[in-house]
Amino acid sequence: MEVIIKNLVKKYDGRKAVDGISFQVNKGEVLGFLGPNGAGKSTTMKIITCYLAPTEGDVEVGGFSILKEPEKVKQLIGYLPENNPLYLDMPVIEYLEFSALLQGVTKDKVQGRIREMIRVCGLMGEKHKLIGELSKGYRQRVGLAQAMIHDPQVLILDEPTTGLDPNQIIEIRKLIKEIGKEKTVILSTHILPEVEATCDRILIINNGKIVADGTAKNLRNQSKGQEVIQVKIEDGVKNDIIEGLKTIPFVIKVDEVMGKENGYEIHTEKMGAPKRDIFKMCVDRGWVLTEMTPFETRLEDIFHDLTTN
Amino acid sequence: MKQILIIAHKELQSFFDSLIAYVLLVAFLGFTGFFTWLLESDIFFIKQATLAAFFFYANWAFLIFIPAITMKMLAEENKSGTIELLLTKPVTNWQVLCGKFLACFALIVFALLCTLPYYITVANLGKVDHGVIFCGYFALLLVSAAYISIGIFASSITSNQIISFLIAIVIGIFFQFIFSLVSAIFTGPVGDTLNYLGFMSHYDSISRGVIDSRDLIYFGSIIFLGMILSELSLAKRTISE
Repeated sequence: MEVIIKNLVKKYDGRKAVDGISFQVNKGEVLGFLGPNGAGKSTTMKIITCYLAPTEGDVEVGGFSILKEPEKVKQLIGYLPENNPLYLDMPVIEYLEFSALLQGVTKDKVQGRIREMIRVCGLMGEKHKLIGELSKGYRQRVGLAQAMIHDPQVLILDEPTTGLDPNQIIEIRKLIKEIGKEKTVILSTHILPEVEATCDRILIINNGKIVADGTAKNLRNQSKGQEVIQVKIEDGVKNDIIEGLKTIPFVIKVDEVMGKENGYEIHTEKMGAPKRDIFKMCVDRGWVLTEMTPFETRLEDIFHDLTTN
Repeated sequence: MKQILIIAHKELQSFFDSLIAYVLLVAFLGFTGFFTWLLESDIFFIKQATLAAFFFYANWAFLIFIPAITMKMLAEENKSGTIELLLTKPVTNWQVLCGKFLACFALIVFALLCTLPYYITVANLGKVDHGVIFCGYFALLLVSAAYISIGIFASSITSNQIISFLIAIVIGIFFQFIFSLVSAIFTGPVGDTLNYLGFMSHYDSISRGVIDSRDLIYFGSIIFLGMILSELSLAKRTISE
């Protein structure tokens, strides 16, 4: 089921929080929604889920417009809002039942769906506790469980892994990837490795506008960031090595690596990584090159480039 | 309708889970019981088989108790953000409001059912006018529905439960006696209008056994107005600037 966002604009007090965003997400795609705080990620998600109305533009979910048939759209979507609001005075199981019934799961299937969600989200030991008694990580699981309770075609997750421990994060990522094979998933996050681990496609927005759209690989190729090579050179004088390396063409900057003896970080211009020249210089000057590790442009750098002016 | 019942069921459950229901029932029965049976003007003293005292004090009790149960209805959801979760489920604003209204109303009906022993006792003590008792209960239900509607509106405009409670009481006090009090100062159409606006005249005539369509329309309008204003404050978020 595809989600089509058409020229979305949302104004708050005359200030544009979302400024003419258009994109499409297809079935079987996990879209990572990135952007600095206040870029308009959550606002866009709130519009897609029919919580806020756009100032201009429209969103179509599976052919239904959020303006004309919000009830139909809401049935197709599972949503985990930012900060994961929950009824703290309700037991987990009762809350899941309430969500399932509201989402239109038929009575005979409710118990089966609840069991399934409790298993998938690892809530077995906590199912009879009040939500208010749960730790943050477990509350996050309850939030995910209620979003997925009706087996929605479209899953919208606003920062789904906050508050989870590393093991849970891996599990949830796996789960999202699994769901993303057959469904449409849009997730927002600040954690960049998470995007690489789970998303097929990345969309970066800044000040309400899309600044990048593509796979992690595409974004890397397009970026004007630097490449980094880490080397370890022994049997040389530190200053000589740094000065020497700087004379190699394309090298922009040479730094010592903190906490690593004889380690240096060489920043070079993109596509011009002079690995051979570095090796040759070491041989010529009698230094011993014991390590050379090229690093890909980090997503952090791309993000930083695109979202700071 | 299904969605309304699901929401009403959840709200009722949370009343009973959180003790609100029990505290309310005990307080309501204690308050009305004390004034009906123990105070000077009580039933044994006036030597009439009537529940007039009960209907008078129950009306006052609702002025305080109903805002106490409606205050969290939307204010808490606004504060914790669960309103976003609720409204992104396939429900309309109206269904949410009606579900919450229904839950509060059901609790009040239950509280009134608990007072049936008063009626049975009085009926055993003497000859009661069953029609008047029936009308008295009917009037109480109308007044409580009006208070609930006002309370839900008060709850919808804030995210602070105390403020919600106070707003509901202030609006309630106006309808309960300020309008009719002020109406005494004025004569002519102004006085009549103010008198018409107050609960008292309508409540009294119904609880005396006169069910007039004008009184029904009056309570219906207040309930409807409260719900419409609540709907507006829920819908505010989706109105484009």
